[in-house]
Amino acid sequence: MAQVNYFLTEEQQMIVELARKIAIEKILPIRARLDETEEFPWEIMKDLAQSDLFGIYIPEEYGGIGKGCFETCLALEQLSYGCIAVTTTFAASALGGYPIVMFGSDEQKKRYLPDIASGSRLGAFALTEANAGSDAAGIQTSAVEDGDYWVLNGTKQWITSAGDAEIYTVIAMTDRHKGPRGATAFLVEKGDPGFSFGKKEKKMGLRASSTREMVFTDCRIPKDRILGKRGQGFIIALKTLDFARPGIGAIGVGLSQAALDEAVSYAKQRMQFGQYIISFQAIQHMLADMATHTEAARSLVYAVARTIDADSRDIAKISAMAKLFATDVAMRVTTDAVQVLGGYGYMKDYPVEKMMRDAKVLQIYEGTNQIQRNVIGQALNKEYSKV
Amino acid sequence: MLNIAVCIKQVPDARTVRFDKETGMMIREGVETIINPVDLNALEAALAIKDGHDARIHVLTMGPPSADKALRDALSMGADQAYLLSDRAFAGADTLATTRVLAAALKKIGQMDMVVCGNQSVDGDTAQVGPGLAVRLEMPSVAYVNALELTADTLKCIRMTGHGHDTVLMKTPCLVTVIPSINTPRMPSLKGKMKAKSAGIPVWTANDLGLSMNDIGLAGSPTRVLNTFVRSFEARRERLEGDADAQVAALCERLVAAGVL
Ligand SMILES: Cc1cc2nc3c(=O)[nH]c(=O)nc-3n(C[C@H](O)[C@H](O)[C@H](O)COP(=O)(O)OP(=O)(O)OC[C@H]3O[C@@H](n4cnc5c(N)ncnc54)[C@H](O)[C@@H]3O)c2cc1C
Repeated sequence: MAQVNYFLTEEQQMIVELARKIAIEKILPIRARLDETEEFPWEIMKDLAQSDLFGIYIPEEYGGIGKGCFETCLALEQLSYGCIAVTTTFAASALGGYPIVMFGSDEQKKRYLPDIASGSRLGAFALTEANAGSDAAGIQTSAVEDGDYWVLNGTKQWITSAGDAEIYTVIAMTDRHKGPRGATAFLVEKGDPGFSFGKKEKKMGLRASSTREMVFTDCRIPKDRILGKRGQGFIIALKTLDFARPGIGAIGVGLSQAALDEAVSYAKQRMQFGQYIISFQAIQHMLADMATHTEAARSLVYAVARTIDADSRDIAKISAMAKLFATDVAMRVTTDAVQVLGGYGYMKDYPVEKMMRDAKVLQIYEGTNQIQRNVIGQALNKEYSKV
Repeated sequence: MLNIAVCIKQVPDARTVRFDKETGMMIREGVETIINPVDLNALEAALAIKDGHDARIHVLTMGPPSADKALRDALSMGADQAYLLSDRAFAGADTLATTRVLAAALKKIGQMDMVVCGNQSVDGDTAQVGPGLAVRLEMPSVAYVNALELTADTLKCIRMTGHGHDTVLMKTPCLVTVIPSINTPRMPSLKGKMKAKSAGIPVWTANDLGLSMNDIGLAGSPTRVLNTFVRSFEARRERLEGDADAQVAALCERLVAAGVL
């Protein structure tokens, strides 16, 4: 039967095959255990490091593969077929890496990118604070110049891989009176004096991914750790998130595909009223919608990612669309997958229960889906006032 | 620099294999091929040595032209050079004829410090090729190896036996066959896959290896397969009724009758 053809190049096909192989052979067999124990997936991080996938988006001169947003999405989608907690750990490292690729000095790129590309050190990205989530401009963490150093104080909250990662992009206020132009991005390393971590959060889903506080208490870092220019902090954060959001969409697509596959194969073997439940139109229609929405989400994510690779200027709207649509689809598809499996779907014996718990976070992190709608709405307002 | 050879075999993926009940032959259609699983452990053992030593890994296989894929998979995991030994005249080879071809190819490649093979293939299942190859290469060998450690020119091998293990020290050049528990094969890498795609793989025929037609293929194989058949498992099914005690009693009665208890 014909499948939608996305006309991947041979290299893109290789990325898909490799990520798929890791998802099926390495991630899938242990995902239930990781979910139960909440242990950090170091084992799989090693396999991913071995596979070169950490370096997809990193230029070749810094040890990467030199590909773009689309190839990253392909890998994220396939890995998510196995487990999105593992994939989030992988993606968080990229979220730490993107700003260095986009805004780092040559010196910083040489110092950090080869390790991120090889997976020997994980990256992370820290913006959110207790009182500044969607309203990122409300962050309180401060950085003050002191001779050849910057001194950071404050607390970041819910940072993916905090404590496990080693290279952090941190957004802090340097010139509060300048408002949104008063934030600056810094590179902070695990082990820097005055930099510590809070306890690991207990979560509804995404349990193999670690989420912690980061605490800065007179944390002194050398001057050359400033990323980009003073005052560019929020621009760096926004550009990083714009580039990363299609990837969250891709995670949604991989998760939706996994839930769909589980639901269809279950429906083909569950007998009720003397027939397989897939013969009931109510079930068929649910599966048909799941399949169609998943494919539509994939198409949008791929098209947006390819557009970004062709020209990455002014991508806020399309990037928000890819994240919004594909993650709303993932929530719906995983919820419907549980419905198709009935009581069995609600039990931990089947993977759809975890998939539904995991899906929820996709509508929250990297900007809630309400915020994505705000971004799209504001862009529309701007676009239409030009005419 | 060390030269390490790894012999691999392309085999049908057991998960996709079906048999024709009448003829006892495998239905080739729709069967996917993979590298014989334990050969991946052999490759990993070689790669692990390369991780700690300056080494070059040569992979070779005797097989049809389509075995090229198995070699490229091995290259994508980190092998340096692959060789395909392919000739219609090799067809029908038993383990003796196979080792003659492999030995000739290894001699042509050059002096090896180590040869690593999987213990046995999932299709042939004889475990003869490794040790046979060692004889033809005039190298010492240890089979069923579960751990390897190379120090200078001494290879320390842990060999599993039915009741424990032996520790064997062997001077290189030598040959080992490994068992699946020795390691976990690594994932291929993206850079490896890209390199493997365009890698030049020489294809050597009987002629290239200077082999006589009497030594290879069916003609060079003293083994005669008299018959193959498909084992069928036709279990009788019966539902035992009653409470647990009654069911246990009924089950025991049947097991005694069947001579199991
Ligand atoms: C598992 C996990 C991992 C995370 N990892 C990271 C990380 O690595 N780095 C990092 O910096 N952050 C991370 N975060 C934080 C995440 O980005 C924030 O949770 C998110 O931005 C939302 O902020 P909030 O939770 O404070 O919600 P709030 O901003 O308090 O929002 C609460 C509700 O109000 C809605 N809302 C808020 N403002 C508006 C508005 N203007 N219009 C309409 N609706 C609005 C929201 O959509 C939401 O429904 C992570 C979060 C989670 C749960």
